[in-house]
Amino acid sequence: MNAAVSVRGLSKRFGAFVAVDRVSFEIGEGEVFGFLGPNGAGKTTTIKMLTGLLDPTSGEARIAGLDVVGDRWALKSRIGYMSQLFSLYGDLTVAENIDLFAGLYGVRGRRREERRAWILEMAGLAGQAGRLTAELPLGFKQRLALGCAVIHGPPVLFLDEPTSGVDPIARRSFWDLIYELSGHGTTVIVSTHYMEEAEYCHRLALMNRGCLIALDRPAVLRASMSEPLLELRTEDPARAVEAVRSLPGVTEASMYGRRLHVLVKDEERARPALAEALRAAGLEIRSIRRIEPALEDVFVARVRAAGG
Amino acid sequence: MDKPAISIRGLTRRFDDLVAVRDLSLDVASGELLGLVGPDGAGKTTTLRMLAGVLPPSEGDAIVLGQSIATRPEAMKSDIAYMSQRFGLYQDLTVRENIEFYADLYAVPRVDLPDRIERLYAFSRLGPFERRLAGDLSGGMKQKLGLCCALVHRPRLLLLDEPTFGVDPISRRDLWLIIHERIAGGTTAIVSTAYMEEAERCDRVAFLHEGRLVGLDEPRALQGSLGADVVELEVDRPRQALVELARSPLVRSATPFGDSLRLVLRREADWSAVRAALEAAGLRIARADAARPSLEDVFVELVRRMDEARP
Repeated sequence: MNAAVSVRGLSKRFGAFVAVDRVSFEIGEGEVFGFLGPNGAGKTTTIKMLTGLLDPTSGEARIAGLDVVGDRWALKSRIGYMSQLFSLYGDLTVAENIDLFAGLYGVRGRRREERRAWILEMAGLAGQAGRLTAELPLGFKQRLALGCAVIHGPPVLFLDEPTSGVDPIARRSFWDLIYELSGHGTTVIVSTHYMEEAEYCHRLALMNRGCLIALDRPAVLRASMSEPLLELRTEDPARAVEAVRSLPGVTEASMYGRRLHVLVKDEERARPALAEALRAAGLEIRSIRRIEPALEDVFVARVRAAGG
Repeated sequence: MDKPAISIRGLTRRFDDLVAVRDLSLDVASGELLGLVGPDGAGKTTTLRMLAGVLPPSEGDAIVLGQSIATRPEAMKSDIAYMSQRFGLYQDLTVRENIEFYADLYAVPRVDLPDRIERLYAFSRLGPFERRLAGDLSGGMKQKLGLCCALVHRPRLLLLDEPTFGVDPISRRDLWLIIHERIAGGTTAIVSTAYMEEAERCDRVAFLHEGRLVGLDEPRALQGSLGADVVELEVDRPRQALVELARSPLVRSATPFGDSLRLVLRREADWSAVRAALEAAGLRIARADAARPSLEDVFVELVRRMDEARP
């Protein structure tokens, strides 16, 4: 597979603070690649460097063969960007918004006509070019924003929490479009806090404190979690979390509904230790069993293991 | 059963031509955690604002902690914590000063305050940051502080509008823990979210879509209600498989997730028949696992049924 994005030892320092610390990875052509990480993990800084908005302190990154520093001006025409805060103007019509983006990206003449028709078609807005953008339902706005972001046919597309707050039906049709683009060779980089979006990616990069701490397919990440996850029921689960979360051998304790999810180093040793800690807090275990981790459990476990 | 903490009957709110909430009826038991789940524009915020007594209904009523929101919207305000998406923190006050400010506002006795603050710190992990200015906190920490401020007077009812919006998964867990600490103490809560993955954390889920209630039950019961098999599938040519599956009368939906596909079969359909059809089309199946229906699968199905029932 050809690398559409190639990152080597990329770092960014702000004074003494290391926002991104020697990050390296490659993204293949047509790959849908997800960036996850807590606030302040360095995701946004990395994406700003990849889109030429911020200079790296050291290391290098190439997007579609272009250097993000040396070829900054050429880079603009090879990438698309769409954020959750749409860049569309509500008081312009659909066609006016498309033309605005066409102008920004230098798409003119017959190509502009073709791209406009294509965007209207893919957004499900054929025959509605004259409608005010503000009046469109959210799902249509989102697809229109996507169309505008790729009006110049960029080989690499950046998405920032693209389907935040959208209903699942509209979200699925949005992702259909993303896979359509990916199937035609567009590389898509998604940054998100939500596992619902992360699940759509071919591979996921997990960042914490500026470092890349995991990089793999979602299924492999789930299977890779070696620490057992236990589900417990007690009468006062919130107090139970407090009682067990600083026990030796417990990596993470949290609530899931009224149940407790406890990530432990060793199941055999943890079971009696948990029972004892809860008894000391006046709580009794009603049931305890090992469960399969969800992607979010993997995420939190990796961040905790990395000292987050 | 005890008298419900909230009893909603025919609650409707119009804004000019738009019906934001339409004929909503449901009860929330005392001590229950109800998730109000739906996309943007489903009516979540409008519902919460009416229950908090800050927006009068166009029709219908709700009895909240024994008081009618239509006729006595001010009566229960001191027993409620309503946290909107723009909760007012004082950016130039510290974490502790913000909590103390809200404690004074709600006349929390000064002698109780140190104990309550310690409790809030234990669950929010904000203790080490108590001298930091609110303006200097990260988004997740601000959200946790907002919740602590809203809870310091120990209200009987929490109405929280998307408290986890934009918050990373680690801080999100802390937020749920803070909420559950109050629930364990007997507090009732309605929490809204646009994220299906969060709905599973609630005792019961009310699915809203375009102002209507389309489903109301415990998460597991909702998942069971789908009554169809869900299969996770890896094939050598997923795009071609999608084309085949879209044609199949046995498959209700097929969604790509990265390299794999997620199929919801029709009620009467059997996976082996679908498998045979894919193989007959020349596709090679690398992996096929039965999966639990997600709440997202259920939501999509309920909305489809509602749309079909409409003229």
